[in-house]
Amino acid sequence: MKEKLQAIKEEAIAKIEAAKDLDALNEIKVNMLGKKGELTQVLKGMKDVAPEDRPKVGQMVNDTRFAIEEKLEAVKKDIAKKLREEKMKKEVIDVTLPGTMHMKGHRHPNQIALEELERVFIGMGYEIVEGPEVEYDHYNFELLNIPANHPAKDEQDTFYITKDILLRTQTSPVQARVMETGRMPIRILAPGRVFRSDEVDATHSPSFHQVEGLVVDKNITFADLKGTLEQFAHEFFGPETKIKLRPHHFPFTEPSAEVDVSCFKCGGKGCRMCKGSGWIEILGCGMVHPKVLKDCGIDPEEYSGFAFGIGLERVALLKYEIDDMRLLYENDMRFLKQF
Amino acid sequence: MNTPISWLKAYVPDLNVPVEQFVDDITLSGSHVESYEKKDKNLEKIVVGKIEKIERHPDADKLIVCQVNIGEEAPIQIVTGAPNVKEGDLVPTVLDGGKVAGGHDGGPLPENGIKIKKGKLRGVESFGMMCAIEELGSSRDLYPEAPEDGVYVFPADSGVKPGDDAIEALGLHDAVVEYEITSNRVDCFSMIGMAREAAATYGLPFHPPVVPDTVKGGDVLNYASVEVEATDLCPRYCARVVKNLKIGPSPKWMRERLAAQGIRSINNLVDITNYVMEEYGQPMHAFDLDTVAGHKIVVKRAKDGDKFVTLDGQERTLDSGVLMICDGEKEIGIAGIMGGENSMVTDSISTLLFEAACFDGTNIRLASKRIGLRTDASSKFEKGLDPNLALEAINRACQLVEELGCGEVVEGVIDIYPNPVEPWQLPFEPEKMNRLLGMNVPEDLMLEYFSRLGLTYEKESNQLTIPTYRQDLHCMADLAEEVARLYGYDKLPSTLPCGEATVGKKSFEMLVEDIVRDVCENNGFSGGMTYSFESPKVYDKLLIPEDSELRKAIVIANPLGEDFSIMRTISLNGMITSLATNYNRRNKDARLYEIGNIYLPKALPLTELPEERKMLTLGMYGEGDFFTMKGVVEELFQKLGLYQAFTYNPKGGYPFLHPGRQAAIEKDGKVIGYIGQLHPEVVENYDMKGEAYIAVIDLPMLASMASFDRKYEGIAKFPASTRDLSMVMDKSIFVGQIEAIIKKHGGKLLESYNLFDVYEGEQVGAGKKSVAYSMTFRAKDRNLEANEVNAITDKIVEALKKLGVELRG
Repeated sequence: MKEKLQAIKEEAIAKIEAAKDLDALNEIKVNMLGKKGELTQVLKGMKDVAPEDRPKVGQMVNDTRFAIEEKLEAVKKDIAKKLREEKMKKEVIDVTLPGTMHMKGHRHPNQIALEELERVFIGMGYEIVEGPEVEYDHYNFELLNIPANHPAKDEQDTFYITKDILLRTQTSPVQARVMETGRMPIRILAPGRVFRSDEVDATHSPSFHQVEGLVVDKNITFADLKGTLEQFAHEFFGPETKIKLRPHHFPFTEPSAEVDVSCFKCGGKGCRMCKGSGWIEILGCGMVHPKVLKDCGIDPEEYSGFAFGIGLERVALLKYEIDDMRLLYENDMRFLKQF
Repeated sequence: MNTPISWLKAYVPDLNVPVEQFVDDITLSGSHVESYEKKDKNLEKIVVGKIEKIERHPDADKLIVCQVNIGEEAPIQIVTGAPNVKEGDLVPTVLDGGKVAGGHDGGPLPENGIKIKKGKLRGVESFGMMCAIEELGSSRDLYPEAPEDGVYVFPADSGVKPGDDAIEALGLHDAVVEYEITSNRVDCFSMIGMAREAAATYGLPFHPPVVPDTVKGGDVLNYASVEVEATDLCPRYCARVVKNLKIGPSPKWMRERLAAQGIRSINNLVDITNYVMEEYGQPMHAFDLDTVAGHKIVVKRAKDGDKFVTLDGQERTLDSGVLMICDGEKEIGIAGIMGGENSMVTDSISTLLFEAACFDGTNIRLASKRIGLRTDASSKFEKGLDPNLALEAINRACQLVEELGCGEVVEGVIDIYPNPVEPWQLPFEPEKMNRLLGMNVPEDLMLEYFSRLGLTYEKESNQLTIPTYRQDLHCMADLAEEVARLYGYDKLPSTLPCGEATVGKKSFEMLVEDIVRDVCENNGFSGGMTYSFESPKVYDKLLIPEDSELRKAIVIANPLGEDFSIMRTISLNGMITSLATNYNRRNKDARLYEIGNIYLPKALPLTELPEERKMLTLGMYGEGDFFTMKGVVEELFQKLGLYQAFTYNPKGGYPFLHPGRQAAIEKDGKVIGYIGQLHPEVVENYDMKGEAYIAVIDLPMLASMASFDRKYEGIAKFPASTRDLSMVMDKSIFVGQIEAIIKKHGGKLLESYNLFDVYEGEQVGAGKKSVAYSMTFRAKDRNLEANEVNAITDKIVEALKKLGVELRG
């Protein structure tokens, strides 16, 4: 019996080793271990074995079966592996062929710049708000300390609809609207479209965008304004960026300043972009004029605030080195695709 | 505003910083420098040379050979073609290796000048060049003694000797600085104002001219009288008289200073008025007193329609808002703008009347605009001058008349000044200023700054007195800025606001917009930007009927032209124009979206602000069709939690869309937008060809429906059963109608339905189409019985049949 089992085992293992493919293996499995297989035949012959020897023989049969199964599994794995490898060899592709991309749209450069600005100021606790583009003279000028006949009204070349209604020339009226609500403290960023009567050319457009910032609270200082803008410049133009405040005049702020940032192209050494000066003017700002606070119903003895206004197109043109503002409004796909 | 450094030094003698430094410092203290130009930029190695000997050139008729003494032992030899030199002349001489600014023809100056090297002219060696005034970057306007053709020869009385710095001798070691002065600093539109700023910036002594006073009234009353009728437009009028005039050239120093300001020297008298205008910022006018009828000046408004010929010979039409200077009979000048031809100063003048007045700035600005005449004088007046300037300026002019010896000044001044402006006071509040600034500037330093600016402080009352030329100082914040700018904005510390924390955020509507952008871009649409104003012709191009509400647009009163004259009531024009731009530039495909406002008036003309509605506009041509566009819109709705919420009504009736390829996008009967192929005629109106598709969605409406709330519903545990429906119908039946029936009768158990085939062709017959749907039914709590599903399907089929749909197989 023992010899017979040994013979079966050896025969099976020899056949398994000789098998070329999975079909052959399957055939061996059926022939050896199947219902009519040789090993099964041996088990059927158990009734002829003496009862006391049966457990021993049974054990031997199981061992044989186990050995064959183990061998079958191992060779099956080998063959599968070989087949897979052959298949993969045929599947070699030219990985240097171009990738397939589906048609992708692009964000407008103005919008990209705006979203970056919003990200920075939302992080500093500013709420983004919007105001009307068609606006009352009252908000656009009067509440901002620009009374009737003020030369600034001429300088800004306002588009008028009626005597009292106009296309806003700045986002600053949103300041007045927010202050008027009387909710304190105020930290807002107001982006939006503004209009001035400028003919279209490479650096002018009758319609462009500003982003207005306003903070009003107790004990807000000019130094807070500088610190805030410095933080913004670091986030927006890079951590090495320096800022420079220059005295300036706006009717609705006092003190006022224009702000330059160190040129983000040359780092301040001087290049074509900064016209050799190392600095680029990016925004106007100041402490909210006490008259503006008062006219908007805020007590200037108790509260103070700062405001700043950024020309969005200006920032976008600088950041992406676009040399003609008209490109922003033409919507040529060849332009838009670059962003 | 421009100032030569040399002129500032006349009042700030210790101002000795290089111009490069000066422009930075004065910018930081508040006077923004736009540019500066060094007059000696390209002038190198130029000395005074004395021509010792002149010989003819052996080989050239037009050249001469000069031996020039340049202050060294041996003279140098210079060959020149200049026709005007003679032995003994002192001339500016550039040496070998030096530089001059330009050519002798006076053309545009090259950026880096012209290098001069020794060389041979027709075989004779030349070691330098004698310079024409144009080669030194200047002109005969500034140096009238220079010859029309030839080198500059120093006048006999110039006191120069060979070897001297010729540039110094010509006063060309100077720089002109150009500032951008803000409208609040009227005082800085003058040399004295800028000199005061320069002195304050560096803390240097400031010496304005010391002008002798004169009596009010006096002898002058025997010569002339003044009457101001329009005191509202003329707060002050000063007049003085000069007799026995001697008209002649003004001295070199005055000519040079005027020239640096771009003002040509005319004669001593005109030059004095111009000089005082530059020095004080106070325009002056001179009348020939003999032409002033009755020797009387009357200041009054013109009459509507009056004609008047100004100094420049032009006839001007006036109105009652224009202030005039008149004599006893007629108008002789437009106040603050330009004098009249009839009282013009000529060389034969013997007695003159000086005018220094203060006119209402706004009135001058508006009048000069209406007349269409803006002059140096009007641009100064329109800023709103300090009336206290007038007297000092007129006295200064008379002082100069005497100094220059061009006439006898009559004693006394006529000064009509009914409401004198007095200096005002502000409390000195150092803590408040420091608190506003976030700085710690010591009190005494603040007072030092104020004193530099001409403010005086009285300790007892703790009041600062503001001089009237500082019309911009009216409150603590104004004074704080003075402190900050002189202390230095660069020394301002950087802090961040403290206090109650606030939450940074965007509104829900803005978040919806963000998703809109993402969806559009994921589908190949790029962000565009178009104007809010457009031409009224747009409505015709878009085939919008005459009586349409859309034509009720807001009209801009002062537009840039008809093309920008109305505020858009529909967002399509900008989009289609952009598509056309791309099409005509031969871009194969274009897909654009824009988020922008339309402006809907509540009433016209506007009595209140219009409704501004943000619209999403999509446009495309090239690859893709109606269903590409619809896919984008559907994806957008799905992202905003609005899956299958909308119906597409083909009967929207949009005139600018293809009548058979358009749909109004509706929910619960409300139209939220529309989608379709552009009408071929519209396409043609925009100079395009082929098919273009658009979609427009009202974003406020969309945002009001959108929701980011999602609730997990569990994954189905029980099996679904599906039924397919295959149908044939008239082409005129829309699948939307079929879907409405499926939805209506499918009830709760209908999980989803899916259109899997649409076919039109011979096999189904002309005018017919076949459509196939697969419907999935499922119950959440049990296995569905076949008969349940069949019952529902039967109901659907029955309803479909009523619609005229035939079921197949």
